[in-house]
Amino acid sequence: MPDAAKPDATTQDPVRLLDEHGARTASDRYDPLIADLDDHALAGLYEDMVLIRRIDAEGMALQRQGELALWPPLLGQEAAQIGLGRALRSDDFVFSSYREHGVAYCRGVAPVDLLRVWRGVSVSGWDPFEAGMASPQVIIGAQALHATGYAMGIQNDRERDPATPDSVAVACFGDGAMSEGDVNEAMVFAATYQAPVVFFCQNNQYAISEPVSLQTRVPLADRPAGFGIPSARVDGNDVLAVTAVVREALERARGGGGPGFIEAVTYRMGPHTTADDPTRYRDPAELELWSARDPIQRLRAHLESRGAFGPELEESVAARADQVAAELRAGCIAMPDPDALEVFADVYAEPHAELDRQRADYARYLGGFVS
Amino acid sequence: MTELTMAKAINAGLRAALAADEKVLLMGEDIGTLGGVFRVTEGLKAEFGEGRVLDTPLAESGIVGTAIGLAMRGYRPVCEVQFDGFIYPGFDQITSQLAKLTYRHEGSQSFPVVIRVPYGGHIGAVEHHQESPEAYFAHTAGLRSISPATPHDAYWMIQDAIASNDPVMYFEPKSRYQRRGEVDLENRGAAMHESRVVREGTEVTLVGHGAMVAVLLQAADIAAEEGTSVEVIDLRSLSPIDYEPILASVQKTGRLVVAQEAPGNVSVGSEVAATIAERAFYSLEAPVLRVSGYDTPFPPAKLEGVYLPDADRVLEAVDRSLAY
Repeated sequence: MPDAAKPDATTQDPVRLLDEHGARTASDRYDPLIADLDDHALAGLYEDMVLIRRIDAEGMALQRQGELALWPPLLGQEAAQIGLGRALRSDDFVFSSYREHGVAYCRGVAPVDLLRVWRGVSVSGWDPFEAGMASPQVIIGAQALHATGYAMGIQNDRERDPATPDSVAVACFGDGAMSEGDVNEAMVFAATYQAPVVFFCQNNQYAISEPVSLQTRVPLADRPAGFGIPSARVDGNDVLAVTAVVREALERARGGGGPGFIEAVTYRMGPHTTADDPTRYRDPAELELWSARDPIQRLRAHLESRGAFGPELEESVAARADQVAAELRAGCIAMPDPDALEVFADVYAEPHAELDRQRADYARYLGGFVS
Repeated sequence: MTELTMAKAINAGLRAALAADEKVLLMGEDIGTLGGVFRVTEGLKAEFGEGRVLDTPLAESGIVGTAIGLAMRGYRPVCEVQFDGFIYPGFDQITSQLAKLTYRHEGSQSFPVVIRVPYGGHIGAVEHHQESPEAYFAHTAGLRSISPATPHDAYWMIQDAIASNDPVMYFEPKSRYQRRGEVDLENRGAAMHESRVVREGTEVTLVGHGAMVAVLLQAADIAAEEGTSVEVIDLRSLSPIDYEPILASVQKTGRLVVAQEAPGNVSVGSEVAATIAERAFYSLEAPVLRVSGYDTPFPPAKLEGVYLPDADRVLEAVDRSLAY
């Protein structure tokens, strides 16, 4: 029987285990990797996707209401991010860009902490070592090298002490980052040292206004072969396919098989950020096409086909989303402004004479105002 | 006391750091099997293994960026950038990433990464091999920048840099690599960020760093023959700069000349001059003068003597200062 999932044919259709109507496609290669996903687990993935979409919508609203300076929405990319996030172990480590709210949510980051940077009260949202996820990276692609270095560290630790957990580092970036030198250098280093790192590229079709055709003349998933890195192209709006493909790459990396690359083909339904106007560069018909491929509707249809979706699940998830959104909003508005002298904090880990002098000068200047 | 060249002194310092802490790693192009193009890392791969001394692909951003990831995993990487002019492909990872990561993590994580940079002229090499790029890094918050002038300081300061929990740019004056000097392996002397009076005098203060210190000492000898007493200060640390010894010296001499190989425009020497003018205005008998490389690209080797300040150019500035 031919394998409908077409695993390695990166120049062909992506791996897909759910069609656009939620019907399951059989795959000899990938079915065993998701055999544990029963009704309960699928309902969990559904709840994760609904919740992160609601958190994202709240982020948009809070920006429009002046509570956030900016927000980069993930709308449309829920399956790619939740599929990745839920496939990871707690000891794995993620290095992401600024749009991976769904991955951060899966890593246990409190929703309100997703907002801190965008409210302008901090340069980071959470403690990376509690979450197993670095502070989101703004420079496009720079984090791919950090993930690779971290993976070299895992490898070095395991050579010194075989009892070290077989953790994997994951680099998340987008289609635009594929043109950056750092992503390409990261693939060179990862392949050279056979480091346990998975490169997870969400091809959401646009880098702000630039279509992916401006970054590449071949499918992005075809490029890693040139570095000697196994690659898979997956339907990024199919949470089952993303889970399977990510699990396969993670297992290979854990077993000493070196790096892997995944291109999750998806679509950014919203603007690049709240400062962007996609009507200037996007055809409404394209948006309509991708609306029909909505990742949440697809999983919901699949659950329905299994007889595992009813009013009870729908209502409980909706109620949970309402609650998370209300807490997020309240937490955002209650966030205190930082103290003025925070400007000088944590620039260095150890004392720095000239910065200490500037801090003292500024404190004296502040003290000169009549209260 | 042991007599070593600066290259051997740095090698000994690296060996001591590798032996003291198994989390210390060396990374760079040609540093392993070859021992580095200047042989600074000679023998270290054989002694500590390829897991501790990594020959890397030819990608400066890749070297620094992966060092950052290794630091997040608990390692203390020491990266070699092969030549001063090769540092720019790694500029984003140094200035936008490494420098800012402690701040970005609100202090929850430190980034003890050292970037070794052989720098400066006097070696008659081609373009990109004789530059002094230290101002870019001294300008960047979150980095520390130091430069030894002697084998003794080179030995101790590389160990200081590796022990620091902050990123440190370690600028090695490559024209001094093969110069020998006494190294006291027991007593370290000045701390990493202290500037130091290396010759006492009463009439004019000269300040410089790296290879320039030897030029200043030569100028002081010539001045002494002419009856002028010159004090020489080795800056040692470029960020932060330790101003106290300079202020104390200027309060005594009333005159300051700052010398450097780097172009003078927006340079470390400019910062010293401005700060001394701010903090020691009433002690000055003359304007602070700078002697620098010119604001041109580093010239062809046959013209490097035009570009690089020598004792004569320093003494001409001393004469101008004394004329006020």
